[in-house]
Amino acid sequence: MTVEFDPMTLAIFMPLLGAIAAFLLPRVAAFIGLVTLVLTAAVVVLLAREVLSEGAIILPLGGWGAPLGIDLRADGLSVAMLALTCIVGFLVSLAALDSLKGDAQARQRQYFWPLWLLLLTGMNGVYLSTDIFNLYVMIEIIALAAVGLTVLSGSKAALRAGLEYMYASILGALLFLMGVGFIYLQLGRLDFAGLINADSSLALSAALALMIIGMFLKTALFPLHFWLPAAHANATAPASALLSGLVVKAALYIFLRLTTYMPLPDEILVTLIGILGAGAVVWGGIQALRAERLKMLVAWSTVVQIGLIFVAFARAGQVGLAESWKAAALLILAHGVAKAAMFLSAGRIKDEIGHDLIRDLDRSSVRPTLAQFTFALAAISLIGLPPSLGFIGKWSLMEGAMAAGYWHWIAVTMAGTLMSIAYFSRVFAGFLRFDRVRTPVTEHQGWAYADAAPLTLAAGAIALGFFAAPILSFIEIGYPFGVAP
Amino acid sequence: MTPDLIYGFTGVAVFAIGLVGALCAQDRLRRVLALKLCSVGAGFMLVVGAWREPPAAPDPVPHALVITGIVVMVSATAVALALIRRLQSLEAEDDR
Repeated sequence: MTVEFDPMTLAIFMPLLGAIAAFLLPRVAAFIGLVTLVLTAAVVVLLAREVLSEGAIILPLGGWGAPLGIDLRADGLSVAMLALTCIVGFLVSLAALDSLKGDAQARQRQYFWPLWLLLLTGMNGVYLSTDIFNLYVMIEIIALAAVGLTVLSGSKAALRAGLEYMYASILGALLFLMGVGFIYLQLGRLDFAGLINADSSLALSAALALMIIGMFLKTALFPLHFWLPAAHANATAPASALLSGLVVKAALYIFLRLTTYMPLPDEILVTLIGILGAGAVVWGGIQALRAERLKMLVAWSTVVQIGLIFVAFARAGQVGLAESWKAAALLILAHGVAKAAMFLSAGRIKDEIGHDLIRDLDRSSVRPTLAQFTFALAAISLIGLPPSLGFIGKWSLMEGAMAAGYWHWIAVTMAGTLMSIAYFSRVFAGFLRFDRVRTPVTEHQGWAYADAAPLTLAAGAIALGFFAAPILSFIEIGYPFGVAP
Repeated sequence: MTPDLIYGFTGVAVFAIGLVGALCAQDRLRRVLALKLCSVGAGFMLVVGAWREPPAAPDPVPHALVITGIVVMVSATAVALALIRRLQSLEAEDDR
């Protein structure tokens, strides 16, 4: 029975049980949610200690073992993703406690906690799975829970965006499933270990293409990003923070894993992925410059950042892939923390001012100073100013590109950085101009409870930059996939 | 043509029809149905993986996978249909 209480199974089953309990007992749902998150965090800490001392750990579920059974596996990267999900999720939950407290939000409050815990189940499952069919099931769980969170507000715009998101998400998952079918036909097994040892063939390349396109759709890489801005901008603030900070990362993580275990067959493909990323950086930047609403701008900035992560992946071509994933992983972590902070603070600003039209930010006589400060701190990490984690991510992107002599990726990164300064400046100008206000300005100076969580996240995004070296050495533990069982 | 090839090509064809529908259809319900077709196509591919030359018993693993896939798709369809109904009733309220 010792197997039943392994931290890895607990990391998946505790949120699941929490979700069911929160659904059955709506009155104490928030309490159940927070307790579940704290317990999950404790489990992740246990897991991190185990991984630190022993390297990657594998757990054959039910004692069956791959290829027939399903293995769970934790290594540096997966524990880092678990920790990101858990910590960001906990702080977003604290923010949700406040933003969903009114009577008008009773219905939202009732469904937020079960959906969010279900989402956590799916994401933890993705980060621990070593079986691609298991991954398919987990991404479907994530998709259903994420769509639920998108439409939580019940407004027509949110429902439309949620439905569009649903179509994209399910289609992405089905493309992935088709790839799984191809792989089973070819290899007769679905575990990662089987994928590594397989000889490359046309069928496997087709399978990889299907799965990667499915993940592009789910993570919203240009030009498959069409669903993201509306879905993320129209969700309620805590849901947006979860969707933008965490959910898209699951598909990115699967992409990184797949390309590690099934090497891309051609250099051209790596370049193509980088070009798509560059397209996202440019197009997302242009759209962010044109955005009329604050949350829309933040959502387009997510498109840009995802593009940047793919540029980081492709920065040094095929030979550099063994190192490039680290730059991509750093950017994933940085974006997860900073974007959650930014969406929460954008939600706070919208709540305080009453609208989120960028044009009219400077006309408002209400200035939620702390939320604006949080927004600026998060922007520092997203723009990539030192010493934030975003800076370290961009730096390692450019360092690798320079070492490989691929200057075009540096040009793309620089252009993206300039554009991000431009579009975030539109918001800062609104925060800092006072000459268009007709009435006396009432600034919120002191401490508002609702600002605590986003501020912690934003400060974390900056402070984590100082810990980039330990983070880097941590995500390398047990990577790549060691000896096949 | 062996049965597995026939099934395999049918699966790919059905998936492709669904894919075109999911990307091009305008009507909300049509797109849900197109996604269902995609899942049927992908299910076919998995079933093909189970097929063995007749005296040998078929491989049970893909069957388990297909059943899981069907369950997942049923719940996804339910969520999509619920969203569509809600959206339509909201839009009907506006028209009145």
